[in-house]
Amino acid sequence: MSDIINLTLSALINKIKKKELSSQEITNAYIARAEKSKDLNTYITTDFENAIEKAKKFDEKGNFDYKLPGVPLAVKDLFCTNNLKTTAGSKILSNFIPSYESTVTQHLWDEGAILLGKLNCDEFAMGSSNETSFFGNVESPVGKKVVPGGSSGGSASALAAKLTPATIGTDTGGSIRQPASFTGTVGLKPTYGSCSRYGIVAFASSLDQAGPMTQDVSDAALMLDVISKYDTKDSTSVNFKRGDYFKSLSSNIKGKKIGIPKEYRVDGMPKEIESLWQDGITLLKKLGAKIIDISLPHTKYALPAYYIVAPAEASSNLARYDGVKYGYRSEGENLISMYENTRSEGFGDEVKRRIMIGTYVLSSGYYDAYYLKAQKIRRLIKNDFDEAYKSVDAILTPSTPSSAFKIGDKTDDPVSMYLNDIFTVPVNLSGLPAISIPAGKDKNNYPLGLQLIGKAFEEQNLLDISYSMEKELSFKNNLQDWWIK
Amino acid sequence: MSKNKEYLIKRGNSEYEVIIGLEVHAQVLSKSKLFSDSPTNFGAEPNTQVSLVDAAFPGMLPVINEFCIKQAVKTGIGLNAAINKKSIFDRKNYFYADLPQGYQISQYKDPIVGEGSILLDLPDGEKKVGIERLHLEQDAGKSIHDIDPQNTLVDLNRSGVALMEIVSKPDLRSPEEVNLYIKKLRSIMRYLGTCDGNMQEGSLRADVNVSIRKTGDKKLGTRCEIKNVNSIKFMQMAIEYEANRQADILEEGGTIDQETRLFDTKKNETRSMRSKEDAHDYRYFPDPDLLPLELTDDFISKIKKEIPELPDEKKKRFVDKFKLTPYEANILVSDIETSKYFEDVIKNSDIKLATNWITGELFALLNDRNLEISQSPISSKNLSSLINLIKDGTISGKIAKTVFEIMANESKDPKSIIDEKGLKQQSDPKEIEKIVDDVIKENPKNVELFKSGKDKLFGFFVGQVMKKTDGKANPKLVNDILKKKLN
Repeated sequence: MSDIINLTLSALINKIKKKELSSQEITNAYIARAEKSKDLNTYITTDFENAIEKAKKFDEKGNFDYKLPGVPLAVKDLFCTNNLKTTAGSKILSNFIPSYESTVTQHLWDEGAILLGKLNCDEFAMGSSNETSFFGNVESPVGKKVVPGGSSGGSASALAAKLTPATIGTDTGGSIRQPASFTGTVGLKPTYGSCSRYGIVAFASSLDQAGPMTQDVSDAALMLDVISKYDTKDSTSVNFKRGDYFKSLSSNIKGKKIGIPKEYRVDGMPKEIESLWQDGITLLKKLGAKIIDISLPHTKYALPAYYIVAPAEASSNLARYDGVKYGYRSEGENLISMYENTRSEGFGDEVKRRIMIGTYVLSSGYYDAYYLKAQKIRRLIKNDFDEAYKSVDAILTPSTPSSAFKIGDKTDDPVSMYLNDIFTVPVNLSGLPAISIPAGKDKNNYPLGLQLIGKAFEEQNLLDISYSMEKELSFKNNLQDWWIK
Repeated sequence: MSKNKEYLIKRGNSEYEVIIGLEVHAQVLSKSKLFSDSPTNFGAEPNTQVSLVDAAFPGMLPVINEFCIKQAVKTGIGLNAAINKKSIFDRKNYFYADLPQGYQISQYKDPIVGEGSILLDLPDGEKKVGIERLHLEQDAGKSIHDIDPQNTLVDLNRSGVALMEIVSKPDLRSPEEVNLYIKKLRSIMRYLGTCDGNMQEGSLRADVNVSIRKTGDKKLGTRCEIKNVNSIKFMQMAIEYEANRQADILEEGGTIDQETRLFDTKKNETRSMRSKEDAHDYRYFPDPDLLPLELTDDFISKIKKEIPELPDEKKKRFVDKFKLTPYEANILVSDIETSKYFEDVIKNSDIKLATNWITGELFALLNDRNLEISQSPISSKNLSSLINLIKDGTISGKIAKTVFEIMANESKDPKSIIDEKGLKQQSDPKEIEKIVDDVIKENPKNVELFKSGKDKLFGFFVGQVMKKTDGKANPKLVNDILKKKLN
C-alpha cells in the first residue's frame, strides 16, 4: 500500500493500464491514508463510499484508454460538484449541495477519474495560509503547526501528504503557486481563458483560473491536457489551439531565453530565497538557456492594484449570498435585517474585509481614484510583460518572498499576509501562465519554490523548462508522516 | 406648433412650460433570456422559466444571447441611431430579494446604441424627438407581497429577460406628445419585430422625467423622475399631476427637490420614493464575466438588410403612390398589421373605397369588440371582394353595410351571403322601369304635387321603389329612371 501512495499520477496510470493495480486498490489506499490523516484537516467533505463504488465499477468495465482511468482524486472545495456539498470554505455555503458540475471537474470524470472528496481552502479563496476557512485551518505535512499556504491549502497539503495522487486548485493571486511552493509540490496557473470558470465559486472573475497541483511536472502536463478545454458556457474562455502537453514534454531547452526581472529583488528578501533564485539561474545556464536581465518597471504597483481589483470584483460576486435562494440564512425582522444577519454571521472576517474594501473602491467619488487607476496599472503591468517577451521566452522568479510560516503568525496583520502574493499577483493581473516548482529548502527544511512565468497560451514552453529543471533539481520532500494516527 | 396649442401650466401671471424626457423599458422580443437559454413565456407558472444562471447559483456565468444583440441593433437602426461597434456590459449593484445576483447586468458608459431620433406627427406638422441612447439590460424578478400575509414571495420568471432601455432627450412638451412618442416608438419596434409593445404584459414601461420652467427661460428646471409607469394614460396623468405640483411649489416661492417619485394610480398623484441624497450608489463597473461586445461592420450591414419599410417611409409611399391624405396614411401605417391588411385589400380593389371601409366600418367593428386587426373576423380577402361587389354594382353601399354586419358575425365571404340572402342589387333597367311605373300609377297625388314644384317628394318616390325591391334596386338607375319619368 505504501507503494501505491508513493507513485506519481503518471506512474499510477501506467500500473492501471497494465492492470498491475486496480482502481479499487488505489482508491482504498488513499482512503485508508486519509482516514489516518484527519489531523491535517485537509478534507471538508469526503465521498469515500461513492468513490469505492465507482472504483469497483471501473474495475468491472472501465475504459482503459481514458487519460485518468479509475484514478481517485480530491479537489478544492471551490469546484461545484453535482450532489456533493460545495462550501467554498464558508459558513454561508456550509449546507449548499449543487445540482450541477463545474466544467473542469466534469472533464476529470469524463476521463475516468473518481472523486474522493472536497478539499479545504480559504473562505471564498481569500487567504494565503488556509486560516480563513470556516472549517478550520489546514496543517502542512512539511512541519507541525505550519501553514500549507492558500488559498488552495487543503489541496496542497493533501497532495504533499499523499492523500491524493494529484489535485486541482484555483489561482486568483497565487492560490495555486504559493501553496505549491510551501509544500514542495508543483502548481500551474494556466493562461486566463484556458480552463473554464463555469461552476467554480467565483472570487474575482477577471483573475480566477483553475489549474493542476501535482507531484511533478509531467503530472501537471497530464492534468492540463484533461482540464484545459474551450467552453462556450464561460464567455472568457478562449478557443486557442491547445497542445498535447504531456506527450510533447521535452527537456531540451537549449537556446531558450530566460528573463530575470530586477524588480523582483525586493528589500528584506531572505538570503535563502536569494540564493535559491541564483541557483535556478545557474541551473538554467547549465541546461543551455540564455539568461537575460530584464525590467518589469511597474511591478511594485501590482500588489496594491491587485488588492483593489480583486476585492472590487469579489464585493459584487459575493452579493448573491444573501440568504434568499440557497445557503445559510439567518432570519430577521425584515428583508434588510435578514440580509445583515445572514451576511454578518455567514461570512468570516477576511471575506468581510475584502467586501468592504471592494465596496469602497467602487463607490461613486472613489471609483476613478481606485478602481479605474488600478485597471490602468493593470494595463501597464501587462505592457511590461509584453515588452519583456520581445526578448525572452519565459521569466524566472522566486514563487514567494519567504517559506511557509507558522499558523497564527500573520493572522493579525493582513498586509504582511498580502505581501506573500507579491511575486504571484502580477501574473494574474496580466492573465499569463506561470508554474511553481519545488527547488530547495530553507533552514527549517521547509520547501521553497521557483516560479516560471510564460507567454500567454504557451504552457508547453513553461512545462518544458520546468521539466528540464526538475530533472536536475531532483527535489525530495522526505516527509516523516508525523501526522499519521 | 402654434402658440395657442402649447401645453402650458398657468399660475397667476406666470406660464410654465413642461419638459419631459422618457426612459422606456422595452422587452426584447426573444425566445430566450439575455444571458441564459431559459424561455421568456409570459404568464407561465411562477419560477418555471428559470435556469441556474437566472437564479445566480454559485459559479454560474452569463453568456450573451446573440439574437438579443441583433434585436437591439435593429431597433437602433429603426431609430436612425448610431450603432456603437464596441459596447460594454456593466454591473449595477444593489440588494433586493428579486435580484438574485445582487447586481443587474446593464450598460452604463458604453451603450450598444447612441444618438438617434423619432419623428412625431403633430396636427400642425412633424416634430423630431431626440434619442439619447439605447442600452441592453436584464430584467429583475418579481416580488409578490399580497399572496402570503407573513412572507414575500419571489417569482424569477422575468429574471434575466432582455430589456432595451431607450432614453429620449428632454424634447417632449406635453402629455399628448408623450402619447404620440410612445405610440410611434411602439409602432417602429413592432414593424421591426423587436418588441411586441404589449403594455398590459409589461413589455413596455417607462420612467418619466418631468421638469418645468417659465416660458422663455432657457435653463432647465430641476427634474423629478416618476418610476415605472406602465400605460400611456397613467404617464399622461402622472405628468399632468407632477407639472402642476411643481408649478404650485415654484409659485409659492419654493424649490423643486430632485427625487424619484412613484405614481399612485388609485389616488392619481405622485409621491416621493427617495430623494437625491438617498439615491443608491450602484457601484457600476464592467462585468468581468463578459468581454466587451464588439460588432463587425458585416454584422451590422447584414442587419441593415433585414430592416423592413418603416412607418415614416410607408406613410410617404401611401401618400405618393396611393394618393391618400397624410392623415389617412398615418392611420393606416401606425400599426404594421393594419398596413399589411390595407395592402392586401387594395391588391385587387379600389383604394379609396378600401381606405374608407377600413378606417370606418372595420375600425369601428374592431374597436367595438376590442380586437386587434390580426384577429379581425373579416379577412382582407373578404373585405376586398365586398368592395369589388360595390364597385361593380352588384350591391349598393347601403346593402354592403348589411352584408358587412353578417360577415362580422359569420366570417363568410360576401358573395355567398348575398346569394343566400338574395341581396343582389336589381340592375335591370326594364324591371326597374316597370316598378317605377307602378309607383307613379299608385301615387297620382304626389306626382301632381311634385310636378307643381315640391322637389322634395323625389325622395318619397325613391323610397317607394326601394320598398318594393327590398332595398335591392340599383339606386343610380332608380334615380335616373324616376327623373326621366317624372319630368
